[in-house]
Amino acid sequence: MFRTALRNVLAHKARLLMTVLAVMLGVAFVSGTLVFTNTISDAFQKSSAKGFDHVDVAVQPKYQDSEGDKLGRTPELTRAMLDKSADVPGAASAIGVVQGFTAIADKDGKLIGGGFRSEAANYWDAKDPRYPLTDGTAPHGRDQVAIDAETAKRAGYKVGDTVRISVDGPVLTPTVSGVFTTDDGNVAAGGSLALFDTATAQQLFGKPGTYDEIDVAARPGTSQSALRAQLDRALPEGLTETTTGKKLADDQAEMIASSMSSMKQGLLVFAGIALFVGTFIIANTFTMLVAQRTKELALLRAVGASRRQVTRSVLIEAFVVGLIAAVTGLVAGAGIGAGLRSLIGSFGATVPDGPLVITPGTVLAALAVGILVTMLAAWLPGRRAAKIPPVAAMSSLHAKATTKSLVLRNTLGALFSAAGIAVVLAATTMNSSDGQGPMGLGAVLLIIGVFILTPLLSRPLIAAAAPVLRAFGVSGKLARQNSVRNPRRTAATASALMIGLTLITGMTVLAGSLQHSIDRMASAAIKADYVVSMANGNELSPDVGRTLEETAGVTASSPLRNAPARIDRETEYLTGVDGGTIGKLTDLTVDDGSFKVGGTQVVVDEDTATSHGWRVGSDFTAGYEDGRKERLTVAGVYEGNEMIRGIMLDNATLSPHQTDPADMQIMVKTADGASAATKDKLEKALGSNPAVRVQSKKDISNEIARSFTLVLNMLYGLLAMAVIVAVLGVINTLAMSVFERSQEIGMLRAIGLDRKSVKRMVRLESLVISLFGGVLGVGLGVFFGWAAGQLLGTKMPTYELVLPWTRMGIFLLLAAAVGVLAALWPARRAARLNMLAAIKSE
Amino acid sequence: MTTTPTVDRATAVAARATELSKIYGQGETQVVALDRVSVDFRQAEFTAIMGPSGSGKSTLMHCVAGLDTFSSGSVRIGETELGSLKDKQLTKLRRDKIGFIFQAFNLLPTLTALENITLPMDIAGRKPDKQWLDDVIRMVGLSDRLSHRPSQLSGGQQQRVAVARALASRPDIIFGDEPTGNLDSRSGAEVLGFLRNSVRELGQTVVMVTHDPVAAAYADRVVFLADGRIVDEMYRPTAETVLDFMRQFPGGGNTSGSGARPQTPEFDAKGRTS
Repeated sequence: MFRTALRNVLAHKARLLMTVLAVMLGVAFVSGTLVFTNTISDAFQKSSAKGFDHVDVAVQPKYQDSEGDKLGRTPELTRAMLDKSADVPGAASAIGVVQGFTAIADKDGKLIGGGFRSEAANYWDAKDPRYPLTDGTAPHGRDQVAIDAETAKRAGYKVGDTVRISVDGPVLTPTVSGVFTTDDGNVAAGGSLALFDTATAQQLFGKPGTYDEIDVAARPGTSQSALRAQLDRALPEGLTETTTGKKLADDQAEMIASSMSSMKQGLLVFAGIALFVGTFIIANTFTMLVAQRTKELALLRAVGASRRQVTRSVLIEAFVVGLIAAVTGLVAGAGIGAGLRSLIGSFGATVPDGPLVITPGTVLAALAVGILVTMLAAWLPGRRAAKIPPVAAMSSLHAKATTKSLVLRNTLGALFSAAGIAVVLAATTMNSSDGQGPMGLGAVLLIIGVFILTPLLSRPLIAAAAPVLRAFGVSGKLARQNSVRNPRRTAATASALMIGLTLITGMTVLAGSLQHSIDRMASAAIKADYVVSMANGNELSPDVGRTLEETAGVTASSPLRNAPARIDRETEYLTGVDGGTIGKLTDLTVDDGSFKVGGTQVVVDEDTATSHGWRVGSDFTAGYEDGRKERLTVAGVYEGNEMIRGIMLDNATLSPHQTDPADMQIMVKTADGASAATKDKLEKALGSNPAVRVQSKKDISNEIARSFTLVLNMLYGLLAMAVIVAVLGVINTLAMSVFERSQEIGMLRAIGLDRKSVKRMVRLESLVISLFGGVLGVGLGVFFGWAAGQLLGTKMPTYELVLPWTRMGIFLLLAAAVGVLAALWPARRAARLNMLAAIKSE
Repeated sequence: MTTTPTVDRATAVAARATELSKIYGQGETQVVALDRVSVDFRQAEFTAIMGPSGSGKSTLMHCVAGLDTFSSGSVRIGETELGSLKDKQLTKLRRDKIGFIFQAFNLLPTLTALENITLPMDIAGRKPDKQWLDDVIRMVGLSDRLSHRPSQLSGGQQQRVAVARALASRPDIIFGDEPTGNLDSRSGAEVLGFLRNSVRELGQTVVMVTHDPVAAAYADRVVFLADGRIVDEMYRPTAETVLDFMRQFPGGGNTSGSGARPQTPEFDAKGRTS
């Protein structure tokens, strides 16, 4: 049997090509993901491990938990602790580490690296072993900074140049005293690192006289754990934590691995979708091959092959196909893994160098996925093959595939669909966390139901296209009839496309609606013209707020200052605002009391009020950062939203209790309203600082839109694979149909249908099948998008369904394009068919 | 005969092959399927082409009907010389001037009997002549089967649909390739009867390839082919005279110099000619 199966694979290699390609793409996706994530995480782990070379034991402050009205706090690492650490017998040296954020502008005034990886630290003593200088000298005082060699090269800075930097708002212009290299993981990943002398760093980052960490190096002969034990004894109990360098490196590696693993899982979901779509093609191909070989298989049965042997021969074929696809897919996957690395490099993300990692696990996964998926999908056709009676071999009639009644199938499909719709609808009435499970279950049921029902749906939906097709004369008529001729095959082909488009449409509908609602939320309650914040979301120095207040044209401004406090034995975040101006900057609906913020009077949002059982006039005690307590009174209750919520109090009341007040953002109202000129004026007033963003409501909308577009485009890219596999499916079905109908096509050519019309016939059939899949996909996608939105809507009062008509139109056009594209090759084959060979009887 | 058309129906030529040769392959493997064949098919005449398997009878029909290309010589359908035509023009010629009846796979399974009959006119985008269509359908006795699909018709009925299709567009000439090859003798006789009636009563021109002497007996004239050459012809044949003549056949033989051909006609290379 094995030999027969092998010969069959060889005999049908052209017809199996699309199947192999489909499986191969899926396997390539899987192995590409594995290779890519393994390679990246390996490289990151190696580079971050290097960063711990100079640390044998790290001393970190131990967070003191909140208790009663006393807010938890992080103790300070003092100079005394540093000296004590350096004095333990096993210590060779101890470094006090100060860390912070410093944005560096390039020569055009633009922020280097978007700000999210712009870090800063202190240069320790005269010669810091962590940062070997390649040029210049160590930084001294506020006017000097050292920058890492990569950043210097990228921006073109040399020793002696003046650079514009910003820590928390105000612009500083020190000169570059030196350029250094480092093993720092952040720099290896493409970030920038600025170094100041220790006193400057402590001052800039608001930690005068204290450190974030003390790194202790061991004397030769002293182990990391021995040193750690010595330090534990020497340092004040309960205030510090010690960790060995090895443990730090291991923890870091684990963290990288776990963050890569969630990325891996995300990618594998999409690979799974592509593979799932691929199974439709495999099943279709083997069904068609079995149907075409009915006689041959019946002959095998007639000469004594058992049913099981026939099934097995089909499965062996599938195994061979799967194996070929898996091996080629694995090779392609390794290529994709390597390609992805350089691709994300070209987007500006730097990945540490490292070898391409192909683990035995990757190889095994690729082979298993490719072979199992193919064999599983071929299993049903294989069983059908076994059911062919031996007598079929004798029949002189052109054997047809059994056209079993669709009644059972339709009943089953209707049940699944109805159950799916019911569960989804039920889920939309639940709250967003409870409803997720039922929603997913319902979605799966409905997709399965619709898939089972597609043969039934194909007739009316394709009939609806008849008037259009009539315009194409005989070609159109024949195309329509051919497309409903084998409803199961058409259904499987269209379903493959449907799945991809359902997901794409669903995501688009949901994202569009979400974007709209977040947009409304962001601007609804804000009367301010501009919101000023740090580009990377860090806190702003209060200086920025003061500068804005004094800027000509600014009529009102208020910083939003976050501070933790203990209230009712829980930690709550207070929002400090300028009580005098906040009323002019926001437009919050006040449900009860009045919007009065000042002294001990505060306003709270409904949710907070309800959870604490407060009403207008209620009193409560707040335990501040500095350990002091204060009685506050609720003056008003307002309707909160995603942007503004919680307890709002006057900064004059809050700030005295903060050691280092800093603002999340500053709202600004101007005399002239939002305009390019106003924005320019504000930016100039802030020293044209690239690290500070001045955004109007429109800018915020655009930014929200941009982030949604980015996510959507990534999803489109990932789902594109499923669509490509579906295209292969359409090509496959058409090519096989053309092959099966070669006699008919030959006859049509003989009685006068020209090549162009034959081509058009195949193309139209392809178009009909693809659009059928497209309509189903877009329809289901809209339904799922709506349902998921209902679920999320319970959390967002501003949520409202927005149907992206243009995009939906584009998706249908895409389906049509898929149809036309997929038909190119089969249509050519049909038109070039040898008429004489085709019409000759057997 | 000259090539100028004559008004006289009895002598007007519907199709003519002159010095027609068809050669497959080259050098050692060269096979001569048609060897300088010249033959006329006159209007309103029913011609049968006979010969053992591999004699080139199907090839001759395919070449004259514009289904196949030829190596040298000329073929005319009415006034049109086929040799100079491109595929597109040939297709149009087949559509407008020629009717076909094949041994099998004559009908599209997705179309009803009536739709199959009007298919060539649908392809051309022409409206069928209602009166004529009704006459043809009545003649082949399909009036009550028009909305049936081929799978619901018997083999004989299917072939009658094919005959009706060939007649419906009033082609200059109808070619049949073993049209009764797959039918039982009664259904075969019916189909042949319709073809003969269409010649006698409607003045249709029919050329049919067959290996069955009984079928050939329905024709006005039988042309005998062997080894790619016309070896004889017979007017007003009967089954007996045709059979007698066939018995004298050398049975293919290796006289044409195309030595690759096997002796036994029944087991001749199936893939090339039938």
